[in-house]
Amino acid sequence: MRLLTLAGLWLASVGVAAQGNEGSVISPKEQPVSGYRFLTPETRALQDDAFANPGYLWVAAGAKAYQTSHGSGSCVSCHGERGMVGVASRYPRFDEEAQTLLNLEGRINACRTKHQELSALAYESEELLALSSYVAEQSRGLRTQVNVSAEAAPWLEAGEAYFFQRRGQLNLACHQCHDQSWGKMLRGDRLSQGQPNAFPAYRLEWQSLGSLHRRLQNCETGVRAEPQALGSRAYLELELYLVWRSQGLALESPGVRR
Amino acid sequence: MNEQPTIRLAVPQGVLAGEVIEIKVMIQHPMESGYRRGTLGERIPRNIIKFFRCSQEGETIFEAEFHPGVAANPLLTFHMLAERSGILDFEWTDQTGLRWSKQAELSVT
Amino acid sequence: MNRNLPRRRFLQAAVALPASGLLSSAAADAEAGKRQVDQAVVDFFGADRRVRSGRVTVSVPAISENGYSVPLSVAVDSPMTAEDFVRRILVVSQSNPLPIIASFELGPRAGLAKMSTRIRLADSQRIYAIAEMHDGELWSGYGHSIVTLAACVI
Repeated sequence: MRLLTLAGLWLASVGVAAQGNEGSVISPKEQPVSGYRFLTPETRALQDDAFANPGYLWVAAGAKAYQTSHGSGSCVSCHGERGMVGVASRYPRFDEEAQTLLNLEGRINACRTKHQELSALAYESEELLALSSYVAEQSRGLRTQVNVSAEAAPWLEAGEAYFFQRRGQLNLACHQCHDQSWGKMLRGDRLSQGQPNAFPAYRLEWQSLGSLHRRLQNCETGVRAEPQALGSRAYLELELYLVWRSQGLALESPGVRR
Repeated sequence: MNEQPTIRLAVPQGVLAGEVIEIKVMIQHPMESGYRRGTLGERIPRNIIKFFRCSQEGETIFEAEFHPGVAANPLLTFHMLAERSGILDFEWTDQTGLRWSKQAELSVT
Repeated sequence: MNRNLPRRRFLQAAVALPASGLLSSAAADAEAGKRQVDQAVVDFFGADRRVRSGRVTVSVPAISENGYSVPLSVAVDSPMTAEDFVRRILVVSQSNPLPIIASFELGPRAGLAKMSTRIRLADSQRIYAIAEMHDGELWSGYGHSIVTLAACVI
């Protein structure tokens, strides 16, 4: 009895996500809702606490790396102290020089190899997580301004196709859970819209901060599909689609998610 | 990993003598319990921080002993009776005896 | 009437058997949990120590969405003066593989016997905190958290 009451209280506390979802489900494109709304109050409080949020350990390391002189200069020597404000809100974007779509991690590595005479950092390495979380945090609270015209358009189309494609032993497409069934219960969890706005995020499951691509790998494993490689073309296309789909949401990195 | 892990400290400012203050500390550490298994089913060995100590010029204020049940990247909030200004020393010791420490200045009026 | 009696008895017995099995399994868990906590108190504070219930408040969320990181707060009602203070606090789990989660050492310099951290819980259970006062008296309190599993088990 107590169990049911407690479960009921928790469901009520999730609030916004629970409303208006019996019957027809509102499309996330029309009403984007951040994953934040699907967390328990304690986890939300953790994200909001600038000290207790463990993601800030990586942001602090990144802030230090930003100042450190490497190769032919430090990041701050070119970009200045406030140079990264707003940057994350414009990614992923088609990079004219590289002639390809770059996400934040790709752009950081492009800077390192082209302007700092340094080697590229491996995806999901501590150093790359530190830098990407620092840069993303500088755009916390800002809305995404992703550009999907001209050269970025084919990437968006491919990402959308991936989102709607069934996959894995469970034969599910992202669209089925995160467009059609968001707000509904899946076991003890309430399904979110699968929004990317909090990444890089500290996932309680990982006990560490991680990138969006790492989360996408977990999504695929969840439906028993073979995950793509971190930084792969498929995930870059999907990332662009997800960010485009999330327009209206504020960036929350470093987010805390379960 | 011989490099010092990221440590964050929160010590209040503008403290009056006799005031009880709240101190928050966090250190980046996996606190590997020794119960988790890797992708090939192999046991990941235990690797945890065992002790924490906060002191002011040698006088111990607060001590903690951690076991694998403490979460990764351990956050600790505790209290201190502020008597005089000085340097606060925060020290973590892992299971092999490796130590990491950071200092903060406490200003008491 | 007489014809139905044996059948009714059979049905009663059939229902009673699995029901008592369920009850005794939950009761057995609670017993095991209590034994685990009691043993940890003996291991840490020594045998034959009387533990009183009270003065200690343990706060954990009613529902934890991930067992890897559960916020825990412990507060002990004590003036924390040189004459009357908390010496040590032990945090114990009922059903984690390792009963002792953490222990804390304080003194009058701590000012307030209140601390918090994040702990791991293997499953839904009570978490106990046992405080040892300056005079050796032991007081205890507990909190309970339901630990939920993720929807997509990866």
